[in-house]
Amino acid sequence: MAKVLMKGNEAVGAAAIEAGCRFFFGYPITPQNEIPEYMSRELPKVGGMFVQAESEIAAINMVYGAAGAGARVMTSSSSPGISLKQEGISYLAGAELPCVIVNMMRGGPGLGGIQPSQTDYFQATRGGGNGDYRVLVLAPSDVQELVDLVIEGFDLADEYRNPVMILGDGMIGQMMEPVEFKEREKRELPPKDWATTGTNGKRKPNIINSLYLNAEDLEKHNTYLQNKYNKMREKEVRVESYNVEDADVVISAYGTTARIAKTAISKLEKEGYKVGLIRPISLFPYPYDEFNKIKDDCKGVLTVEMNTGQMLDDVRIALNGRVPTYFYGRTGGMVPTPEEIVNKVKEIYGGAK
Amino acid sequence: MEERIIIAGFGGQGVMAMGQLITYSGMIEGKKVSWLPSYGPEMRGGTANCNVIISTEPVGSPVVVEASTAIVLNKPSLDKFESAVVPGGKLFINSSLIDRKSTRDDIDVYYVPATEIANELGNPRVANMVMLGAYLEVSNTVEVESILEAFGKVFGESKAHLLPLNKEALEKGMETVKQVQTDTV
Repeated sequence: MAKVLMKGNEAVGAAAIEAGCRFFFGYPITPQNEIPEYMSRELPKVGGMFVQAESEIAAINMVYGAAGAGARVMTSSSSPGISLKQEGISYLAGAELPCVIVNMMRGGPGLGGIQPSQTDYFQATRGGGNGDYRVLVLAPSDVQELVDLVIEGFDLADEYRNPVMILGDGMIGQMMEPVEFKEREKRELPPKDWATTGTNGKRKPNIINSLYLNAEDLEKHNTYLQNKYNKMREKEVRVESYNVEDADVVISAYGTTARIAKTAISKLEKEGYKVGLIRPISLFPYPYDEFNKIKDDCKGVLTVEMNTGQMLDDVRIALNGRVPTYFYGRTGGMVPTPEEIVNKVKEIYGGAK
Repeated sequence: MEERIIIAGFGGQGVMAMGQLITYSGMIEGKKVSWLPSYGPEMRGGTANCNVIISTEPVGSPVVVEASTAIVLNKPSLDKFESAVVPGGKLFINSSLIDRKSTRDDIDVYYVPATEIANELGNPRVANMVMLGAYLEVSNTVEVESILEAFGKVFGESKAHLLPLNKEALEKGMETVKQVQTDTV
């Protein structure tokens, strides 16, 4: 299929429909409104259903219902709206329901602003709601990757019976880039024999539930969930890295910030600096092992984020004190410039190349 | 090759569409492209702008900080983005609505009476296409044929009848920029 120029948010909608998503429940919020707009226009054409819910909380619980019935379902929002959905996301994780949740992050806390940010990293990667659970978190850095991860996200959700979060920001939602919907191999997925699709009087009813009043049973359920998360840690780590083994300074950044880091790196290379990049694509599971490739006498790892230092914690866990860590971030919707990153790298070099 | 463009004007002057036309054309020609709009409350009646990158290399940051070209359709946009053009870069000014000259002497400045020309063509809304024509004539970033092909993609079939008028506006812009005096380094 030929390339088309699409806004990130529209591309999310197109990718979801391509992946077989037929249900969307959401509540409007900038900067992701083109997603529900697209779904409201396009889902009815393919026999799907769009509902603008009365609130984010209602929307995520509609997702719970559709997912429980075995449907491919998506919701999307931006930071304050995603906060409202956290109770539902915890229930989805507890009841092991597959779905895709898109967060096009904006500045916070509270209502914050509408410009791009990455301030929900902790919330996304540490569970967000109550109860020691994880969602698979994927962070695209361009619109094509956004399409690919949304489509794959539906498969991953079904494979693990777990919510998958696409963590973007206002910039990737609003920008246009060429995208291509390629032919894909069909993945072998387990049958949804757990779904509440009607018994026809032939089997016992399936029950979708996250309530376990017996402590022994709940611990068993938790152990089972943790084993599932461990399997994700083994099998679903995704990372792009560039020149890591050889670099004097390694930049770690994800999503759109990684693109800005790449521009900074090409500027620095022209001046003779040896700078590498680790770009985590999956934020849970986190690509900790990738940081082992960094040489011991590396001057430092610079984490760049549109927040005040959240992924920095994971970088420190990965390095375990082996190499110094530095941080550069802008927040409130301000976007770091390549020049700011260049200057920070030069500072770490301490003048000597 | 990397062309980094800022296009700015009042909301409604068609700056977003201009950017999309250039971006789509770059894609048609097999280049790496990105389009990033300003979004927010400032769009309602205030200034709107978009950042376009057309490159032979993959696009890194889609934010244009050091612009190789700025195209400004109103005065607030000139005030805001005049300094963003790199030395040796290009600045296209809609002289119908902007009564001051550029203060830069290290860039090429082109004054195009785009709104007047659009009015002569019978529709002030094609001023953006006049500016686009002027830009294409000077920069050769993308071919005019690509812009015409992109027109249908950006505006959809319902606007296909407007293509002849828009094409005329493009051509007027190209002619005009050949005639207008350029302040060169």
